[in-house]
Amino acid sequence: MAITYIALSTTTVGSGGASQVEFSSIPQTYNDLKIVVSGRTTQASTADSVYFRFNNSTANFNARVLYASGSGVGNFTDTRYAGSEPGSSATANAFSNIELYIGNYTTSSNKIYLVDSVTENNAVEAYTYLAAAQWSNSAAVTSIIVEPNAGTFVQHTTITLYGIKNS
Amino acid sequence: MTDKLTRIEVNCATGEQKVIELTAAEIAELDQQRAKAEEERAAREAEEQAKAAAKAAAEAKLAALGLTAEEIAAISK
Repeated sequence: MAITYIALSTTTVGSGGASQVEFSSIPQTYNDLKIVVSGRTTQASTADSVYFRFNNSTANFNARVLYASGSGVGNFTDTRYAGSEPGSSATANAFSNIELYIGNYTTSSNKIYLVDSVTENNAVEAYTYLAAAQWSNSAAVTSIIVEPNAGTFVQHTTITLYGIKNS
Repeated sequence: MTDKLTRIEVNCATGEQKVIELTAAEIAELDQQRAKAEEERAAREAEEQAKAAAKAAAEAKLAALGLTAEEIAAISK
């Protein structure tokens, strides 16, 4: 059976923290990309959003997000939304679990991506998010920045980029 | 955590990973982003609180009309 799922790069944030993680020179030889994040940020809240930049662009992103908070459900629109992570108010040493699937990243059509994210917190206030999002741009995705919306990634945050082939 | 803000750059072609200190312009952009995020979070929280208050008020009015807690829960879904 052909190997269709390859870990292209993985990085773990060191003791100084990091405000962004960028994957550059992404090979254009796969059909889809997947990013897996186990992370936490310094933001003084229970949850902090994570955002994308494709090719360092912050424009023309649209996301529709559904969430459950532990005490209710809701939805909101956002721009570069790419999941949520525990902030410093969440249970100590609890990290998020985020999966991001970017389909057909080399196409000249708009890029669609899916977000499946949970924040970990040993309390009622813990969040799960599902989002459908689009980057309206004809350029192939050659670099991806993952960044917290407000805080910085703490030590031991791990982000892995996978390339996926359909055969 | 150190005081110096950094970012990590991972080159997928070479496997090289660099930890790069942010420039003054990047720090300013980050500060702006954080302020905007806090505004958005506060707005979202206020909206959720307003919705919860409206729901509680509606349930209280229904209870005053004589509906049981089970009946109110049934029509709240």
